[in-house]
Amino acid sequence: MSASLSTAPRAAPAMRPWKRIAAYGQEFILLGAILALCIVVGIVNPRFLGANNLTNIFAGNAYIAVAAIGMSLVIISGHIDVAVGSLIGVLATVSGLLAVNGYPIWLAWLAPIVIGVIVNAGVGSLVAYLRIPSIVVTLGMLSILKGGLISITSGAWITNLPENYLIAQFRLFGIPSPVWFMVILTALVALWMRYSAFGRTIYAIGGNVEAARVAGIRVERSTVLVFAIHGAFAGIAAVLFATQLQVIQSTVPPNLELTVITASVVGGVSILGGTGTVIGSTLAAILFAAIASSLIFLNVSAYWLRSVQGLLILITVLADMARRRRLR
Amino acid sequence: MTANFRSLLRHETILAVLLVLVLGALATQSDRFFTTANLLNQGRLMAEVGLVALVMTFVIVTGGIDLSVGSILGLTAILLGVFWQNLGMPLPVAMVLAIIAGGIGGLVNGLIITRFKVPPLIATLATLALYRGLAEGISQARSVRGYPEWFYVLGQGDVWGVPTQLWILGALVIVAGVILGLTTFGRATYATGANETGARFSGIGVDRAKLLIYTASGLVAGLAGVIFVSRVSTTRSDMGTGLELDVITAVVLGGTSIFGGRGTIIGTVLGLILMQALKNGLALSGVKGDGTIVVIGLVLILAIVASNIFSRDGEG
Repeated sequence: MSASLSTAPRAAPAMRPWKRIAAYGQEFILLGAILALCIVVGIVNPRFLGANNLTNIFAGNAYIAVAAIGMSLVIISGHIDVAVGSLIGVLATVSGLLAVNGYPIWLAWLAPIVIGVIVNAGVGSLVAYLRIPSIVVTLGMLSILKGGLISITSGAWITNLPENYLIAQFRLFGIPSPVWFMVILTALVALWMRYSAFGRTIYAIGGNVEAARVAGIRVERSTVLVFAIHGAFAGIAAVLFATQLQVIQSTVPPNLELTVITASVVGGVSILGGTGTVIGSTLAAILFAAIASSLIFLNVSAYWLRSVQGLLILITVLADMARRRRLR
Repeated sequence: MTANFRSLLRHETILAVLLVLVLGALATQSDRFFTTANLLNQGRLMAEVGLVALVMTFVIVTGGIDLSVGSILGLTAILLGVFWQNLGMPLPVAMVLAIIAGGIGGLVNGLIITRFKVPPLIATLATLALYRGLAEGISQARSVRGYPEWFYVLGQGDVWGVPTQLWILGALVIVAGVILGLTTFGRATYATGANETGARFSGIGVDRAKLLIYTASGLVAGLAGVIFVSRVSTTRSDMGTGLELDVITAVVLGGTSIFGGRGTIIGTVLGLILMQALKNGLALSGVKGDGTIVVIGLVLILAIVASNIFSRDGEG
């Protein structure tokens, strides 16, 4: 997955204008798809565009977008994490248990982030220093976290969550807090990836790991750091997920890792590493949420949701491959 | 190649020793483990994962991966029920058509991967969602039961005292082992995974080989689906969820490099048996089903760490 033939990091400042637009193509395609979907579904059923529904779409799925930010960094650096869904399940349970057992609220919010960083720094170390492929390590982690969580909690519901713990239900200027988290984190990371030295380092490692090493980048340390950052985002996503409702089910949300990976990839992060932006992954997460909601408003059975999602991934990936060929 | 071959042997030796240790430990832990009835029953339970793992070995040796096998299994199971009950086909015809549908699912994977150059991880991630979605959409969460008695022979019956599906698995182990180890197609599979560009320049039909392998992956997933339905007497659209993880774990545990170019069928079979023995042994000593998953995850990581430390000559 790493050290493969990949184009230079996208949107390098020196690009000609039309190339620059093509380089951001995936983001434009996604934005267009979201708008087209809203217009079509809005015509069929105007209630889809009601403020209430749009708020629900954004707020209810922001945690996926937040997790996809971290996942995008991991994939851009040339790795993958199939355990993120299990990690979020574990961290949400930890957070909820701390909250109901009388620990300070700030600890219930902070602990998942810290634990996420520690766990994923461990994963990153196995990948970077012992050179075990990330898919193998995270496949193992998936089993460990998922099995461990269910055998300890038996999937029990955590209830009686304190009112002031439910951060995902807070509002600022009438907008639910998860939306703020999604927008601010996406913007910050997008800028950081584009302009900071470490952001460019991540692209360099994913683009060509040997060249990065020769250029003096400490590949191992950077890889561990990328995984650790990804763990922090998983922690934030877990808190948003845990505080969404009045209860937490202490299991792993089904297929969450696939949804997160899919958001990153459909958002234009190349699975070969080296390219992609977090704006794309956030837009993709919004698009998925809009599709899921629109099926309800179009009276389509929810059982078709996954095939629609699958088809959508295929189409975006094929379009992306075609666009890449034109770029070359 | 000889250095590679030696390191392969080494991984399989480690695995065999580990397997003997685990079996020994389990035998002393529980007197119910080493009974013929229990061992045969375990063979029955591992047949579906085993069938898929055989072809997955080929897939991973080419440097690819197929995450959609669990979904193909589910889709095949649903189609079997629909063909037979809703479309009124004779059951044998429905079985054949369902397996062919699985093959078509695999062929589509292969076409996306070879024609459009989509990385296998992404292509099959997409079809994982697509095929599972089709299974859910077609079935609308209804299950099909009440199959004729003879159909259950496949999943619940014995032939000469051994579970039917274990015969099928055994036969396919030999076929897969011969093809991967002894034929030109097998050499082409290794060459593709070791250096795809080099293989192309050597005149190997890389795309044709991949197409065949992904189609075969769909076919065995379909076959596993039919056996699954016969074993549990019903069809549901969530059948085979997570199967891909078990399969990939068995294959990687068996020493196949996730980067391609290395791996054997014997290794996969050893990995498969080790996994099933662990599951069963832990269950017998009172660990609940979910606890066993933890151990399998640990074993997967430790096995790869150990094999990396013992054979430091290559990547992965």
